[in-house]
Amino acid sequence: MTVFAFYLFAALMIASGALTIFARNPVHSVLWLILAFFNAAGLMVLVGAEFLAMLLVVVYVGAVAVLFLFVVMMLNIDFAEMRAGFMKNAPLGVAIAVILLAELVLGIGAYRAGALDLGTPDGSAAPLVGESNIESIGALLYGNYLFLFETAGIILLVAMIGAIVLTHRAPTNPRGHQNIAKQNARNPKEATHNVSPEVGKGVEL
Amino acid sequence: MIGIEHYVVVSSILFVLGVLGIFMNRKNIIIILMAIELILLSVNLNLVAFSAYLGDLTGQVFAMFVLTVAAAEAAIGLAILVIYFRSRGTIAVDDVNRMKG
Repeated sequence: MTVFAFYLFAALMIASGALTIFARNPVHSVLWLILAFFNAAGLMVLVGAEFLAMLLVVVYVGAVAVLFLFVVMMLNIDFAEMRAGFMKNAPLGVAIAVILLAELVLGIGAYRAGALDLGTPDGSAAPLVGESNIESIGALLYGNYLFLFETAGIILLVAMIGAIVLTHRAPTNPRGHQNIAKQNARNPKEATHNVSPEVGKGVEL
Repeated sequence: MIGIEHYVVVSSILFVLGVLGIFMNRKNIIIILMAIELILLSVNLNLVAFSAYLGDLTGQVFAMFVLTVAAAEAAIGLAILVIYFRSRGTIAVDDVNRMKG
């Protein structure tokens, strides 16, 4: 059963990851990305990391993917024109992907052949016996990693303020172009003036 | 039985797909940002798998920090994208070097 679930989640995740980058319409790309996140969450549940799986669903699907969706729909972009260089870039991209994949396969092969040792954890971050995954992570997060946790919060705060400052537009005058102070300051002497041009001369306005 | 190798293979395939996505969609920065999210997702999967198989929760805590940074990066990246679109009327990034100055 676990094996079946693993292969199902893995195949769906890779397929939706591929469709994310090959979809013609960016809205479809975002939806495939969401499917990839869901399947990754499933894979994490399979190894017993429930907290991170739920975090992935809440943070990525609930916030980041929806943010992408908003931006894609808000900007009025000609996506057909965007695909112009797709085939031109394909040889280089595929070459680099194949080289990278070959390197990764070599690394995994070296591990299987026994050339690498994963090392043994020192036990300081072992899961608590008899506690759930989230309680063990919580004990670690508010213990050993408290300052890093706070720093993560500050990073999010900075990102939020940065995004607001970047996209904020100063409010324009809500009442159109009417400036009441300027209107009240006008008087007939400044508003009009009499001229008596000589014959044949123009008037300077 | 599913071993650590299975997870490493899956996450490396996803990583390579993300890199391929960056190279294939050089113009469309929205897809590039999504490909970066895919790369970070594969890294997270790797961290979680190793954390589970080694019986050490540090990997999961670290994956959470990666998640934080990915969310911040997406927010800032999309904000920059929006103001770039406002001033330029397009999001083609192959001539983005005009943005300096």
